[in-house]
Amino acid sequence: MLSRKIRARRLGAVGTVAIAGLALAGCSGGGGATDDESASGPVELTILIDSTEATVSTMQGLVDAYTAENPDVTIELENRPQGSEGDNVVKTRLQTGDMPDLFWYNSGSLLQALAPEQTLVDLSGESFMDAVTDTFKAGVTAGEGVYGVPVGNAMGGGVLYNKKVYEQLGLEVPTTWADFISNSEAIKAAGIDPIIQSYGADSTWTSQLFVLGDYYNVEAADPGWAEKFTANEAHFADTPSAQLGFDHLQEGFEKGLYNADFGTTTYADALEKLATGTGAQYPMLTFAVSEIQANFPDNLQDVGFFAIPGEDASDVGMTTWLSAALYIPQGGENEAAAKEFLAFVASPEGCDAQTEAVGVTGPYFIDGCDLPADLPPAVQDLQAYFDSGKTFPALEFLSPVKGPSLEQITVAVGSGINTGAEGAALYDDDVLKQAQQLGLEGW
Amino acid sequence: MTTITRPRATTRRRQRARTSTHHQAAYPLWFLLPAIVIFTVLFLVPTMSSFYFSLTRWSLFDIEFIGFENFVTFFTEPSLSRSLTNTLVYAVLTSGAKVVLGMGLGVLLTSQIIGRGYLRNVVFFPVLVSVVGVGITFSVLMNPTEGLINQALALVGISGPAWLTDPTLALISVALVDIWKGVGLATLIYIAGIVSIPQEYVEAARVDGAGGVKAFWYVTVPLLWPATSTVIILSLIGGLRTFDLIWTMTHGGPGFSSDVLASVVFKQYQAGFYGISTAGNVVLFVVVTAIVLPVSRFLSRKEAEL
Amino acid sequence: MKTRRYVAGGIAILASLVVFVVPFVFILLTAGKGRAEANQLEFTWPTDWQLWENVVEVWNTRDGMFLTAMINSVILTVASVSGMVVLGAMVGYVLQRRKGWWTPVANVLILAGLIIPPAVVPTIWVMQGLGIYKTLPGLVMIEIAFGLAFTVLLIRAFVANIPRELDEAALIDGAGPLRLFFQVVFPLLRSVIITVVVVQSVFVFNDFQNPLYFLPGNENATVQLTLFNFQSQFNQMRNLLFTDILLITIPPLLMYMFFNRRIVAGLTSGAIKG
Repeated sequence: MLSRKIRARRLGAVGTVAIAGLALAGCSGGGGATDDESASGPVELTILIDSTEATVSTMQGLVDAYTAENPDVTIELENRPQGSEGDNVVKTRLQTGDMPDLFWYNSGSLLQALAPEQTLVDLSGESFMDAVTDTFKAGVTAGEGVYGVPVGNAMGGGVLYNKKVYEQLGLEVPTTWADFISNSEAIKAAGIDPIIQSYGADSTWTSQLFVLGDYYNVEAADPGWAEKFTANEAHFADTPSAQLGFDHLQEGFEKGLYNADFGTTTYADALEKLATGTGAQYPMLTFAVSEIQANFPDNLQDVGFFAIPGEDASDVGMTTWLSAALYIPQGGENEAAAKEFLAFVASPEGCDAQTEAVGVTGPYFIDGCDLPADLPPAVQDLQAYFDSGKTFPALEFLSPVKGPSLEQITVAVGSGINTGAEGAALYDDDVLKQAQQLGLEGW
Repeated sequence: MTTITRPRATTRRRQRARTSTHHQAAYPLWFLLPAIVIFTVLFLVPTMSSFYFSLTRWSLFDIEFIGFENFVTFFTEPSLSRSLTNTLVYAVLTSGAKVVLGMGLGVLLTSQIIGRGYLRNVVFFPVLVSVVGVGITFSVLMNPTEGLINQALALVGISGPAWLTDPTLALISVALVDIWKGVGLATLIYIAGIVSIPQEYVEAARVDGAGGVKAFWYVTVPLLWPATSTVIILSLIGGLRTFDLIWTMTHGGPGFSSDVLASVVFKQYQAGFYGISTAGNVVLFVVVTAIVLPVSRFLSRKEAEL
Repeated sequence: MKTRRYVAGGIAILASLVVFVVPFVFILLTAGKGRAEANQLEFTWPTDWQLWENVVEVWNTRDGMFLTAMINSVILTVASVSGMVVLGAMVGYVLQRRKGWWTPVANVLILAGLIIPPAVVPTIWVMQGLGIYKTLPGLVMIEIAFGLAFTVLLIRAFVANIPRELDEAALIDGAGPLRLFFQVVFPLLRSVIITVVVVQSVFVFNDFQNPLYFLPGNENATVQLTLFNFQSQFNQMRNLLFTDILLITIPPLLMYMFFNRRIVAGLTSGAIKG
C-alpha cells in the first residue's frame, strides 16, 4: 500500500495531475512490427504506464533518449489509472493476453500478486541484467526467475530531520532508539515539536513508517525473518524485534513527543513543519525531499535524513524501498526489441536520461550510474547508507504478504487507542486475511 | 371494490365493462415487467447470492467455499466487530435525537411565532445539501485548534474537545452532524402531522382543564404517533446503513474507532477481500431486518391502539 | 400571548442563525476568499472577494473535470428519475387496481427494497456479467432498482385516490391499457410525481455511495465523487473546495425553491400514509 501512495505523492510534489495521453490508449499492439529477431527495420513498441506526472516524465525522458539513438524504433506510451483500479487493469490485461510489449509496475508484494512465473518473461539470462544491483533483483524475483528492470531511484525509509534545530540544540544523529528518544526529549524541552505525526485527511499512510522503516533492525536481530513470516512461522506479535516498531509508536505517544495536532496534520502540513523548523523530526520516505525542494526550496539545505535507529549502536542501517520496474509479458510479438530497450534502461545512459528528465532523490539500482554533485543534504545522507552497504529492503519487497489495514492500525497505536502489542496482534490478523486471499501455503 | 353510491347510469356502464374481458386487460400484469426485471436482476439476485458469496474466499479470479470462516473473522477481529456496536450506537442516537428535536421544532414551527416561514426553510435547507459537502464543511468547522466551533467555545472560556480525532468522540461527532443534517426532514414530517390534528381535540382537552404541557403530553403526542413512527423508521434505516458521512469525515478513524458496518464493507471491498466484504453486507442485512421489522410492527400496533 | 410569540420567535431565530445559518455563510465566505486567507479557517469577511476567480479555477481544474462531472450527474439524475417515475407509476397503478396473489408478494418486495442494504460486491459481479459495470447506463439502472420501492409506495397510495370510474369511462371509449395509463391516469398523478421527482432528484444528485461503488474512475465521475476527490487535492486550497461545495449545492437548491410547497405537501402526506 505504501508504495502505491508513493506514486500518488510524487505527483503532489509537482502539483498537477496528468490525464494526458489518454488519446494514445487505443494504439496498443504495434501494427508495424517485424518478426525479425535482430530488430532491424522499423519496430513499434508500446509501453503501459501509470498516468502520474512523475512516471510519465521519467518514461518520456527514457523514450526520447532511446529513440534519438535508434531512429528505427518508435515507442508509444499508453496510460492507465493509478491505485487499485490500475492494479486491476494490469491483472486483467495480463490474464486476457492483452498486455502491450512492456509495462511499468511496482516491485515487491504487488508484483507477486501478478503470478510472474506464469505471466512474465524471465530476464535472468540476459546480459544487461548484470548491471542491475542484487538488492533490486531480490524484489523482482519469483521462484528461479528475475523479471524486472528498475526505473527511478532507490528510497530510504527513516527520519527526515531539521538540521538547524539539531545544530542549535547541539544534538547528534542518533545511533540507538534510546538516543533518538533522549534527543526528542531535549527538543521538546526547547519548545519544538520533537516528532511530527500526520494522521489528518488522506495522510494516514504516513503513520506506517516507524513499523515499515524498522525492517533493517528486525533483520539484524532475526536474520531471515521475512521467509519465516511468509511461511506463517513468525508473526509481529510473537517476535519482539518485529513488534518494536509498534512499541516505538506507542512510546512516542505516551511520552508526548508528537505534535499536539497530529490528528489533523496532513502530509503537506508535516513537511512544512519540518522544513520551517516548528517540528524537528518526521518519519518518512526520502522521496519527500522532492516535495520539499518544490515547495520550500529555501529550506532544502536544512533537511537531513537518518535511518530509524535500532537497539545496537554498532549496527546502524537503513530500510530501503525499491523503485518500480519495467516488465515484458509472455507471448509478446516484439520481445527482442523490448529487451533491447530494457538493455538501454539498465545502462548509465538510461540513468542520465532519467536524471535529466526528473532529477534524483536517491541512487539508481544500476551499476555505473553517477549522481549529480549538488545533491540535497538528505539525499547525500541517504547515499551514505548505500555507500556503506548498510541497507536492507523493506518487508514488502521480501514477502508477498502485506495487510491492507496497517495504516489504520498504526494510527490507532500512535493515537494511544491501542498498545504496541495490541497493534502487532491486530496486524497479524490483517496479514492472515491477505495471505489466505493469496492462497499462500501454510496459512 | 369501492362502496361509494353512484348514479345508476355509471353503475350499469361499469357492470358492462366488468363482464367484458376489458377489465383485467385494463391493468395488464406486464406493466410490472420492466420494473420486476430491473429490481430482480440488480437487487434481488445480488441480495440472494450474497448469502452464498459470504461463505467464500473470493478474489478477482478465484472463488473458494470456506463455510462460516468469514463470519468468524468478522466477529472475532476487534477492528471488524467494533463496527457492529458503533452502528447500533449511531442509529439509536440519531433516531432518538431526530424524534425529540423534530417534534419540538414541529410544535414550535406550527405555533404563532414570528419568522415562521424563514425558520421552516432554514431548518429544512441542510436536507438538500449533499452529504459529502456537509461532511467536508463540518470537518473544517470541527478542527480542534482552528475550527470555528472550538474558536467560538474558547471565546466563552470553554476549551472544546478534539471532535473528530478523539477516538471516544469521533463517532458521536459524526452523529451530531447527521442530526443537524436530518432534523429538517423529521421536523417537516411532524409539521404535517401536527397540522392534520383536528383543533377540536386540543381545545376539548383545554376545556377539560388540561394545561399546555398536559394537553401536549396526553393529546398531541399520542396523536402524532404516525409521524413519530415514520421518523423512527426512516432514521433507523438511514442510521443503520450510514456510510457517506462517516466516510467523508473520518474514514472510520482514528484507527477503527468510528467504523460502522457499511464502512467496513467498503474497506474490505477496497482491500480485495470480496468474501469478507459480502459477509459484512449479510451482517448488515440481518441487523437492519432484525431491528427495523419488529420496531415497525410494534409502532403500528401502538398506532392502532390509540 | 403576543409577547410570547415574539420572545419564542426571537430566541428561535437567534438559535437558527448560530446553528443553521453560520455553516452556510461560512461556506460562502470561504468560497469568496483567496487561498492563504481561506486556509486560516476563520469566520471573517474576505478582504478581497474573489468568488468569481475561484469559480473559474474550479471550472478549469483537471481539464474541465467539473463540467464533465456536472454533465454526468445531470444525465444520471434525469435518466434515473425518469425511469423511476415511469416504471414506478406503472407498477403502483397496476398493484393498486388489480389485487391478487401477487399483492402480498409485492408488499414484501417493496418493504425489502426500502430497508435492505444492497449487497455491494455481488451487485458488481452481476453488473460485470451484463457488461454494465462502470458505465453510466449501468448506474442509472442501479439507481432505478434501488429507488423503485419508495416511488411505488408513494404512487400506489396516491392512485387509491383516483376514482376507478375514470378508468372505466376511458375503457368504454375504447382506450387500450397503454392509452388509458399514459393519457388518462398518468396526468392525474401529476402532484405525486412532482414529489417523487423532487425527492429522488435530490437523492440521486447527492448520491455518493452508489457512484463510488458502481461507477469508479475519473472519466465518468459524478459531482459528489469529484468533490470527495477534491478534498485531498484541494487540502491546501480550501477556497476552491468550498467553491465546489457551493456550486454543486445550487441545483438541489433551485429544485427546492421551485417546488417548495409541493415537496412539503406531497412528501409529508405520502410519508405518513405510506
